[in-house]
This record gives sequence, structure tokens and C-alpha cells, in this order.
Amino acid sequence: MNIQEGVQAHVSAEEFDVRDYMRLDLFPHFLCPGCGHGMALRAMMWALYENNISMDKLAVVCGIGCSGRLGAYIDSNTFHTTHGRPLAFATGLALARPDLHVVVITGDGDCLAIGGNHLIHACRRNVNMTCLMLNNEVYGMTGGQVSPTTSADRYTTTTPGGNREPVFDACKLAEAAGAGFVGREVTMQVPTLKDLIKEAYDYNGFSFVEIMSDCTEIFGRKNQLGESAEMILSQKSSTRPDSYGTKVDDPFRPNALKTGVLVKGVRPEYRDMNRPIQPVQPVQKD
Amino acid sequence: MLAVTKRENVQGNAACALGAIAAGCRFFAGYPITPSSEIAERLAGELPKVGGTFVQMEDEIASMAATIGASLGGVKSMTATSGPGFSLKQENLGYAAMTETPCVIANVMRGGPSTGMPTRPGQGDIMQARWGTHGDHPIIVLTPASVGEIYSETIRAFNLSERLRVPVVVLYDEIIGHLLETIELTTPDDDQLIDRKWASGDAKDFLPYADTDDLVPPMARPGDGYRVHTTGLTHDDRGFPTQVPEKAEHAVTRLLDKLDHHAELIESYEAVMCEDADVIITAFGITARAAHKAVKNLRSQGVKVGLFRPITMWPFPEAAYKKVTGNAKAIIVAEMNAGQLVLEIERICAGKPEVHRVNRIDGEVITPDELQAAVKEVMS
Repeated sequence: MNIQEGVQAHVSAEEFDVRDYMRLDLFPHFLCPGCGHGMALRAMMWALYENNISMDKLAVVCGIGCSGRLGAYIDSNTFHTTHGRPLAFATGLALARPDLHVVVITGDGDCLAIGGNHLIHACRRNVNMTCLMLNNEVYGMTGGQVSPTTSADRYTTTTPGGNREPVFDACKLAEAAGAGFVGREVTMQVPTLKDLIKEAYDYNGFSFVEIMSDCTEIFGRKNQLGESAEMILSQKSSTRPDSYGTKVDDPFRPNALKTGVLVKGVRPEYRDMNRPIQPVQPVQKD
Repeated sequence: MLAVTKRENVQGNAACALGAIAAGCRFFAGYPITPSSEIAERLAGELPKVGGTFVQMEDEIASMAATIGASLGGVKSMTATSGPGFSLKQENLGYAAMTETPCVIANVMRGGPSTGMPTRPGQGDIMQARWGTHGDHPIIVLTPASVGEIYSETIRAFNLSERLRVPVVVLYDEIIGHLLETIELTTPDDDQLIDRKWASGDAKDFLPYADTDDLVPPMARPGDGYRVHTTGLTHDDRGFPTQVPEKAEHAVTRLLDKLDHHAELIESYEAVMCEDADVIITAFGITARAAHKAVKNLRSQGVKVGLFRPITMWPFPEAAYKKVTGNAKAIIVAEMNAGQLVLEIERICAGKPEVHRVNRIDGEVITPDELQAAVKEVMS
């Protein structure tokens, strides 16, 4: 499908066909049955369509892991880079080619563990790009090891007695590091997720979105979290839209993670801060 | 544009920066590290003047990644570092080799291993420059021995990198990097600068890693409609991951054959008074400067000694070396490490002529006196 001129706001799920954006000759894809990444990918593509972003002018930069493999299925300029480094690759690409729309797809291990340093500096530097972090709480591709976002007491192949490490809150990290746009959403409501991603794509500067995905086959099975539908429903019930109020200890959903747009501020984009080089003026002595 | 030449007193690291600008480099990502930081500092001032971009990244890994990212976007790009930083860059250096992304890395060698002696010279990265990243991979390493040569070899590094789609390392020691010499800064003609081949024709049928006569496929620039997938995974001619044994072997074989196929273009060396030499000193960088002096002194005493200086270190100019040293009785390999280049020389010579070593690993340079003494000892 050729993207039509003019913004096509809110087309219905029936009108939008994600297959038009996919490299279908690579199908069947390698994701496990029940994996949330497919819904996240659909939302990403739907948002591109509604934001009228040309697939020729799009550059998708991925890291390593299950999330990193998504890029290959997107019919665009796609870069599958090294573990933890997609934000650093994307920074070079975006600075060299400001005409491209740069989107980074990364995972919780890729973005918060091995690539944590790049995330905080990408937030601080504020080069125009969108970072979509798929959080499935586990290193899925390597067989299910503990990640920085694995919930307390969960069993993984490297936490046989249950996870004892605290969970990383990626959105708080991004906010503290200065990201001008931070959001979080679950995969259950694809249209809601799509709307959040659209807003992130539109943001002039570095935007960060945490997408709560689910790893049914490896993480879910090991922790007896049920089938995909049950995992997605439990994710939904443990999150709360930001519009419900600001108190996290709201009795409606105790200890819930907030979803939606969590931070949206105005910061000068990296290039807007470039000033001409001025020679240092010698100090005048009386 | 005609070549413009001006004489200027410049530092080795500044010559690297100016060579990069002359070669068309328009992106630099770096991280501060002694003794290479002057390259970044100079380019931070020079790049904005020519519409280029300088960025100081959060670490060595990120600066290598951003350099490759910019090059994938179609802009000639480089980074600079020293030993510990070079270690950190190795994974992404392998990514550049595998994805055939042109890029230039300057490595100004200091004393090692580990943090070692940051302000002292060393030549201990010879083997790391060749084999630092994992797996069988192509890489070109150039070892200039003067400020003027840093300038010209940096330009050549960009040309080779663009022509062959391979990462090129410009490798020199701290002494050369911090040396001040008056050199001729010759701005190359446009026809002396090489840009990578860009994909043209029908985007639908384009195969980014198809076989070509010169083994270097044209590159697809993002935004031009080719929609190519780039991955460090072993890939087929479409650029998508493959584990089919025949395709995997074919892909890596072409990467390695690429440099063999263009050996003449890559190889560069200097042979000084080697024709009738009984002993040939083999040295590079600042050690070659000392060796050159030793050769001149010994020749004035009637001693038949010569110097072989590889300017292209990797792939080592093996055929030329065999030819030049064919009639010599002995070889002395002098290097500021515990013996690295000598391993390659011993492999090439295979016992004939005999190979001797002169090494220093104390952060001091090898002097002409030491080399003269070594030649006399070998000849006695």
C-alpha cells in the first residue's frame, strides 16, 4: 500500500492492514505463539501509517534479542545492530541524516542492562528519535534468564530460587535522565498503544515508550502465569492509566504501574542547541 | 578542484584530523582518551566549518556505534582512540566488517597491557588491530611513521574504506601522534578521493550482498527507496540472516577474498637500501625512524644494512617482503612490544633468513644506537 498524502487519523483496525508494511517473504516469523511483540509491532506500524511516515524515509534500528529481530520483518530501512547499542548507532544515523525518521526497537535487557548507559545519555542528549522498549521481563532469546525488569520472586533459569533483585522502572529512569517524552502502555489495547506511539513519533526530540509485552512460552510457562490471554489480562489489571489520578497507591489498583503519557515537556532538540563556535575572550584586567 | 598545498607545522594527531577533513570525513564520534584526544579536539573545531558533525559520546563503545551509524546513513565517518578504548570498540568493529560499512578508526598506541602507561608510547596493538574482534574478518591496518604520513595515510584510509567497504585502522604510536613536524598539507583533487559505490537501478530487484566482479557490492543509501536490512548476523545476498551452510561459507569467504582481490591497491611499504643488504631491519612507526638513522650510520661505516618498513601492516605485504629480503642473511624485527610483528615475519620467512628480535616494553623508544649494536651482534 502506498501511503496517501495527508494525515490519516484514526483509521479503524479493519482499514489498516499491517501486512502492507511487512516483508511477507520472510514469514512465517520466528516469534513464539502468544508473544506480545506481534501486537506491539502492529501498533508501531499502525502509528506510522496514521502519522503518514514514508517507509522509505523511516530507519528502524534494533538491538539484540527477541525485540531486535522485529526489524527484519519491517519493509523499510532496517538495521539489526549489536547488543545494547541500537541507541548509539541511531544517534550517529540521526545526526548524519536528519531527514530520516529514526525509530529504535529494543528490549528490557538490551536497553536497561547492557545498553543502560546509552539510554540515559540518549535521554539527556535529546537527538530526535523514538525509542520503543519492549519489556517482557526476561531474556527470551537466550532461554529465559533474569533481566533488570523481572518481577520480584519470579523464577528464571538464572534465579532458580526466585528473583531477589529490585525491578528497574525504565520510565522513571528515562524521566530522571531528562527525556522530554516518556510513556508506557500494555499490549492488550493495541489502539491505545498505537495512539501513544503516534504521540512519541510526533515529539521533536528523544521520546521513550515502554511497552509491557509478555513472554508466554518461556517466562510465563516457568512461572505458571497461564496462557497468553491470562498474562495480558494480568498485565492490564496491574497497570492503571495515568488519567486515573496521580497517586500510585490508589486503592482501585494497589501498587499499579501507570500507563499513558507520563512525561511531556518542551526541550530544545540536540541540533537546536548548536551555537556557532565563539573564540574565548581574554579576561580584561583593570 | 585543483590540489592546494600549504606548509604548516602540525602535530601528528592534528594531521590525522586534517587528513580526515581533506578526505571528506564529515562525522566524528569519540570519547576522550590519552594520547589520542587531540584528534577529537581538532575535529570538534574543524567539522562544523565544513558542515560536518562532531559528537562526544558517552563511552568508547557508543562512539564506534555512532560512527558506523553515520556511515550507514551515507556520511564518511571516523573515530579515534587508544589501547583500552580500542579494546572496547572491537565488537562494533566486527559489525562494521560484517556489514561492510566503511569507517576509519585511529588508534594512537600507548604502553599496555590494560591501562598501562597512558602518556608513554607503545606498539603493542599490532595483533589486536588484526585479530581484536572475534571471528574471521577482513580489516586493513595502516602504520604511518611521520606527521606527513599520518595526513596522507588518513586520506588513504578513507579511500580504501570507501572503495572496499571495510573498516580501516590508522595505527601509530604516541611519539608520532605528539610529534610536531612541518609538512605539506596537500588538499587532494576530487578525482583522488573515492566515494563508495551507491546502489542504482530498480529497487525491487536489488540484492545488497550480491556477487560482483570486484567482490565489493554497491551500498544502498537509506531514503533512496531500497529498504535494505543490515545485520551482523551471517546473511545471504538479500541481507537477511541465514544458517544455510553453503550461503554462510560463501558470505564469509567473499569478505575475506575481498582484500586478497585488491591486494595491490592496499599494500604499501618502504624499502631503504635493501638491494645489497646482509641484514634488513624491519620496523614501523617511530621505531622505523630510529632504524632509518641506524641504517644511515652503519652504511657510512660500510655495513650492508637495510630497512623494510610496512606502511600497510595488515594485510601484511608478504610477497613484497619475500622479494626484498630474499638475499639477506638475517632480519632484525624491532618493535616496542614483547614481539608481535616478528611472529608474522617468522611465519613468512620460515627459517630463511634467520630472524632476530629487538624489543622494548618499558615505555621508552628503541634508539639508533641499540639497533646499530644489534646489527653488529647479528653480523659477528
